[in-house]
Amino acid sequence: MGLPVLADLTVGQEVARGTRTVDRSRLVRYAGASGDFNPIHWNERFAASVGLPGVIAHGMWTMGSAVGVVVDWLGDPGAVLDYQVRFTRPIPVPDPGEAEVEVVATVGALDAEAGTARIDLQVSALGTRVLGKAQVLVRLG
Amino acid sequence: MPVDASYAGRVYPAGPVYEVGREKLAEFAEAVGADHPAYTDPAAAQALGHPDVVAPPTFAVVIAQRAEAQYVRDPAAGVDFSRVVHADERFTHHRPIHAGDRLVTTLHVDSITERAGLAMVTTRAEIAAEDGEAVATVVSTLAVRPEES
Repeated sequence: MGLPVLADLTVGQEVARGTRTVDRSRLVRYAGASGDFNPIHWNERFAASVGLPGVIAHGMWTMGSAVGVVVDWLGDPGAVLDYQVRFTRPIPVPDPGEAEVEVVATVGALDAEAGTARIDLQVSALGTRVLGKAQVLVRLG
Repeated sequence: MPVDASYAGRVYPAGPVYEVGREKLAEFAEAVGADHPAYTDPAAAQALGHPDVVAPPTFAVVIAQRAEAQYVRDPAAGVDFSRVVHADERFTHHRPIHAGDRLVTTLHVDSITERAGLAMVTTRAEIAAEDGEAVATVVSTLAVRPEES
């Protein structure tokens, strides 16, 4: 089972999609795993005091989670050469409850000479885009 | 204290070695809901040509963040975390990070500019193996709101 090949891809083609869910315990887990203990991601009182609607997800959690759909499509995490995003909107995470994040991955550009593809991610929560310019440069087979 | 623009151009030399461990990679992968076997199963990673389990694409933030702390936790730099929003992030992988890697990170404060009343602070963490081989570049931009008057 190798990497996807360029000949099978066209610009604009959807290659993967998925849904991720995030709740407060997930944020605490990510805080511990990543070392990002900013209280806006786990402390309602603190989040409100700095003008947020409540506890919000780590942008880096959203970024890290969203790329999973591309990795699963590629079959090899090592084929992700470059990954960038802009954090355009925070994702409020309710308590109790959870927030759903939708990810759609499409081919943004192909480079036959380099053997790479740029995969563009549409990442949204509650119908609103939360990441901008989310682009993954991947190595193809 | 406002963001001190004179920090632009500063370079913080490599600090202590970060040793990448299998359990840390598994913990991070689980936290972002990533279940690819190459993150947790050495045999699956080796079948893909990696020497050991590999890091998820954004794991390098763990390493970069330690280097960034030298700058953002300096009170004189004026990057007050209660006024900071993460604006953008980029990972460039020169090769995959895997368990057993011993990595050192040099931090560059690339720019401090003003955009729509916000101070935009861009740092670049250059992560390398101990022998100098480039492993990953992590570019992060923070937007810092001005203090309420």
